[in-house]
Formats: sequence, structure tokens, C-alpha cells
Amino acid sequence: MGAWQAATVVAARRETARARTLRLALSAPEHHLAGQHYVVRLRAPDGYTAQRSYSVASAPDGSGEIDLTIERLDDGEVSGFLHDVVEVGDELEVRGPIGGWFVWRGDTPALLVGGGSGVVPLMSMLRLARGTGRPDLVRLVVSVRSPGDLYYADELPGPEVTVVYTREAPVAAAAGQVRPPGRLTLADLAPAVAPGATAYVCGSARFADAASRLVVDAGVPVDAVRVERFGPTG
Amino acid sequence: MAKFTRGFTGRGTAGRDPRLPPGQYDARDDWPVLNAEVTPDIPIDTWTFSVDGLVERPTTWTWDEVHALPLSTYEGDIHCVTTWSKLGMSFTGVSVDTLLGAAGPLPGASHAMAHAHTGYTTNLPLADLTGGRAWVAWEVDGAPLPRDHGGPARLLVPHLYFWKSAKWVSGLRLTDHDEPGFWERNGYHDRGDPWLEQRYQGD
Repeated sequence: MGAWQAATVVAARRETARARTLRLALSAPEHHLAGQHYVVRLRAPDGYTAQRSYSVASAPDGSGEIDLTIERLDDGEVSGFLHDVVEVGDELEVRGPIGGWFVWRGDTPALLVGGGSGVVPLMSMLRLARGTGRPDLVRLVVSVRSPGDLYYADELPGPEVTVVYTREAPVAAAAGQVRPPGRLTLADLAPAVAPGATAYVCGSARFADAASRLVVDAGVPVDAVRVERFGPTG
Repeated sequence: MAKFTRGFTGRGTAGRDPRLPPGQYDARDDWPVLNAEVTPDIPIDTWTFSVDGLVERPTTWTWDEVHALPLSTYEGDIHCVTTWSKLGMSFTGVSVDTLLGAAGPLPGASHAMAHAHTGYTTNLPLADLTGGRAWVAWEVDGAPLPRDHGGPARLLVPHLYFWKSAKWVSGLRLTDHDEPGFWERNGYHDRGDPWLEQRYQGD
């Protein structure tokens, strides 16, 4: 992992009402693994600092740029600033990539299970799989409350991706064409389990707990389940 | 690099609780749950805690046996490397001094690897586990430690970042050298002093 470095915001994109992706050009580019995160540090003129970790959403692609998707938290000191104040051209202090456990190197079968903002590190894995021509290695199951809460909505769809809506499904659901809204179940996951797959489960503590149990129930050995829980990190 | 972030004033240092180490915020009523594995269910009738490695008397305690030892309580703060802190908590269990006293560390013992029932490990200098600064805790704020916070019992080393306080702790193995545990192999600091912001390797 590198030292603190400057990164310039080169693009910003809204994912949902509460999520924004910032594309950062690193001044000291470093290769990352799909699933790793960066720390962003904000510094006030009086020396006060605040830092939070954000997962990289982009695939390792040698571009020297990374996408960080930031969920806006209620009263979030850092996420609120990154949503409301930061604009293209701004410079931020970042450090990374961090994490050697919740990573996928792109050459083994993987079951990716994300809840809400937990899809971010899994998106890096999906993009890596697609970018290297190996989408067959991954199955991604994403759980969101409603269609408006789905990150990367125009890029996600594909034969390797299943979206589960817990509260409100797309309109077609009313006609019985797709799964009715409801919590993630064993039936949602079972078809996505491949022999020898490592499972990557990411989301809120509650989601990660429930989903990791379902993954085990679906036949993935406990020691092949990697979990990343997002706490309210402001 | 710019001296400060354009437009950022933050909540500032004025009025900041002096109990908060640098870069930490007060999580107040939240107690975030962070672990890397499936939360295990460890029944107390099969629970054990062991001290072995470089000790005179490798010792294993059952749930009842560890409860027969003198109780010890920690009142104070905890700090997670993900930047939340919780202030004014109360944990009850047994002091690690009591457990080490029973096992008798050998003169060459300098470090310990804490093991958990899940296979999780974390390394600590023995000096951070002694002197009334470390516990095996099974109660928090007067109630049994919840499973997702490491229950039935976790290691508690509150003066270090909280990943050192291994959930579902199963024992300490004393060694004559330091070797990285689970998060330490994955980029996190070997000691993890929140007041020195020892978050990552190299800090």
C-alpha cells in the first residue's frame, strides 16, 4: 500500500439519489486488486482531518484512475462533503489500495453477493471478469430495496447477474414476469453457486450476516466465504 | 499536495472530545459490526480458552472455570481502525494478567498470537496484554456479549485498535518473536496504537 498521495477528481457521476461515483486520477498510480479500498482524507485549514474508506468500483485496468462510489450517510461528515462540495478538478488526499482478504484475482470461480452499497467492491470484480473475457467465472447477486437504489443500473445486466428487489420490484413484477419483492432467499442464491467458488459477501452488518448464512446453506463451505460488512462510517 | 481540501471545514477541533484519538469520530449509540468471516455460533458448554506456547503450564479453561476466576471490569473507550470510537463502555470478564499468571510465561516470551474459534488471528506484544490493560470479556454494559460482537467471549485490548480485540477468542499462544496475524498480513499495522494512528503497515 502506498503513502498518502494527491488525486484529482476527473469525473463525477450520480448512481442513485444517495450514491455518487468520483473518478480520481492518482498522482502516484498503484495497481489495485478487485475488492480493495482507498482511504480519503479531508483536511481543514485549521489542521482538522477526517478520513473514511471507500471501495474501488473500477477494475484494475492500468489507467492510473480509480472510481470510488460514495454512499451518502445521514449526517455523514465525509460522505456529505464528497456529495455536496467536491467537483471535477478538486484535489483530494488518498491512500491505498488497502486490503488483502476481500479480493478476487480474476482467475477462480466467484460468487458475489451484495446488498445495497455493498455492490461497490463486487462491481470491480464483475468489471474485471468482463474486461478479461471471463464473465463465466463470476455470478453476481445484488439485493436492493427498489429499482431506484440500484447502482450501475445500466451496466449491470447480463447473464451472470441477478438483481433481487426487497421492497419494490420493477413494473414488470406486477405482471408476474419477474420475482416479486422480498428478502434474499436460498432460492435466489442456489442457482448461482458453482463448484469450488469462493463467495464474497458485502453489505450492511445485517445483510452480510443473513446473506453469508444463506451462502453456507447453499453449499459454500464456511471457510470459502469472505465477508465485508459496511458499518455506518460517516 | 494541497495544504487543505477546498471547502472543507469539517466539524473542527473545537469542542472535540479529548477522549477521541486523531482521525476518529464518536459512534455514539451505534456499535458497528466488522468481521471478515461468517458469524459463528459457539455454545458455552463447548467453549474453551487456552494459554500455551512459551509458558510453564499450558492451561485450558472451560466456561465455568474461567468464570470462577476473579472478575475484572474495564470502563472506558474503544477505537476501531475504520474510524469509529465508542466512549464510556463497560466490559466485564477476567484480566489477561490472571490467565497469564496461571500459565506462567517463560522468560523468552515476548509476543502472543491471539486465536479465535473461527481461525482468526491477531498478534500482540506481550507487554500490551499485561499490566491490567487486557481482558477476556463476556459482558458488555451489564449484558452478555452478543454473538455478533464476539460472544460468548472476546479478547479486549482497548488501548489498541479494536481488530486486536479478537472476537470469539479461543486462546493465546506465546512466542519469542512477532509474526503477523490475519489483518496484519493483509496490510494492517502490527501494533495498532490509535493515538499514534498506527492503522496500516508502515505507519
